[in-house]
Amino acid sequence: MNEYLIKLKNVSFERQGRTILKDINLEIHRGEIITLIGPNGAGKSSLLKLALGLESISSGQRVCLPNLRIGYMPQKMSLPETLPLSVKDFLQLAKGYHKSHLMNVCKRLNIVELLKRPMQRLSGGELQRVLLARALLSKPELLVLDEPVQGLDVSGQAELYHLISNLKDELNCGVLMVSHDLHLVMAATNKVICLNGHVCCEGHPQHVQQDPSYLELFGRSMPAHLVPYTHHHDHTHGEHCQHDHSHDHQERK
Amino acid sequence: MLWLLDSLLAGWILSLMSGPLGSFIVWRRMAYFGDTLAHSALLGITLGFVFEVQLNVAIVLCAVFVALILASLQRQHFIPSDTLLGLMAHTTLAAGLVTLSLVDNVRIDLNAYLFGDLLAVNREDLITMAIGAALVLAALSRMWKGLLAASVSEELAQVEGYQVAKLRLLFMVLLAVVIAGAMKLVGVLLITALLIIPAAAARPFSQSPKQMAALATIISMVAVAMGLGLSYYFDTPAGPSIVLTSALFFLISQSSYRLVKA
Repeated sequence: MNEYLIKLKNVSFERQGRTILKDINLEIHRGEIITLIGPNGAGKSSLLKLALGLESISSGQRVCLPNLRIGYMPQKMSLPETLPLSVKDFLQLAKGYHKSHLMNVCKRLNIVELLKRPMQRLSGGELQRVLLARALLSKPELLVLDEPVQGLDVSGQAELYHLISNLKDELNCGVLMVSHDLHLVMAATNKVICLNGHVCCEGHPQHVQQDPSYLELFGRSMPAHLVPYTHHHDHTHGEHCQHDHSHDHQERK
Repeated sequence: MLWLLDSLLAGWILSLMSGPLGSFIVWRRMAYFGDTLAHSALLGITLGFVFEVQLNVAIVLCAVFVALILASLQRQHFIPSDTLLGLMAHTTLAAGLVTLSLVDNVRIDLNAYLFGDLLAVNREDLITMAIGAALVLAALSRMWKGLLAASVSEELAQVEGYQVAKLRLLFMVLLAVVIAGAMKLVGVLLITALLIIPAAAARPFSQSPKQMAALATIISMVAVAMGLGLSYYFDTPAGPSIVLTSALFFLISQSSYRLVKA
């Protein structure tokens, strides 16, 4: 395995005396998409913020490649109506990018015609593309996406995941993202981490990874995305542990 | 008549700072924060008298101190921000009034500090203000992009490598300098109005952040000139006259925007 971009080692995170995350181990490499899934309040967004360095860890270690360029796409952005800001203005706020690169990214994400539009007048899907564009401007080595497909319809979601997967190859970057849904994201991910305060289970979506022709098929056509993902829980808990693994799987025998 | 010209110049210098900074206050929803800093200025003045520190320096130091206390108080989660701001604003104002009454050997015109005083501006003040404004504008143009990025999204700005915490602190210092400058002209109680009303009036006609800052500056300059004129001819207090003129511009801006849109 190549060198990691960011590594979290036995990381715990507490806020106001409450443990949000416990004993998290995570390594992100180039060319790899890691997807975090889990119920509401499982600490998915918190884990992203720890990885980004936006929140400080309570115990454990965060190691990061020096001068790592990170592109971050937040879950939402509420811009005050009082701020007159066009899409172009917004993108130009990014730190350290090349002017020529701006136009390339806009073409790639199909937002050229939005550039003069005020940020407050974007639809949900448009805003997501603009936020992704901002994340791409720094030519990131690591892309961190917090629920990138939120609010899109099913075909829009599949399209965006496909785009993220392609961008990962073009940039040879690592991707860490949060997803709410199990099924759609599976084809576009190398590793899934199921989170509920701690790592319940993690692993490759096996059949996808083992069969390259399958992957190719998945990347393109929509219905193929809708294959249910299954995984095996790799551990059980003692009686003292409050938490269980009782979410539904379609067991494959 | 010449003293009126001094006041006008002081007001215009002030407008050069309050236009852009006021826009940031509006964008960052910090109107109450500005109010709190302004209220602390009176305390700064009295402490300046007591410890014989140059008054402008005392005001800036006091405002920064209050801002730091506020930042540390906001780290706990029991009392919401707006309550804390109200608490600090009025506590510092009360502290200013009480300490002022305890200092016997100083006779100052309280009204002038609360509502501004036309005659208070002298040549020396003008020079201090001009230097202060030059520094503020130089600093602001250097931190413009970062501050704007942080106003749009602090998290995004931080991930991209902007020094968000440093920018926030610097912004507070700049704000404190403007407040020190505005004290004499409009008084403690009305400084926030001078910051936010021109910016609010500029909003409907602005397509970009820079445009809004520039337009707010122009509106503020016109309001200062008209307000001082009113004050001179009708013998009304200077600060309130300027604020009322600004508010008039805000009304005109709102109604004309609606007319254009309709």
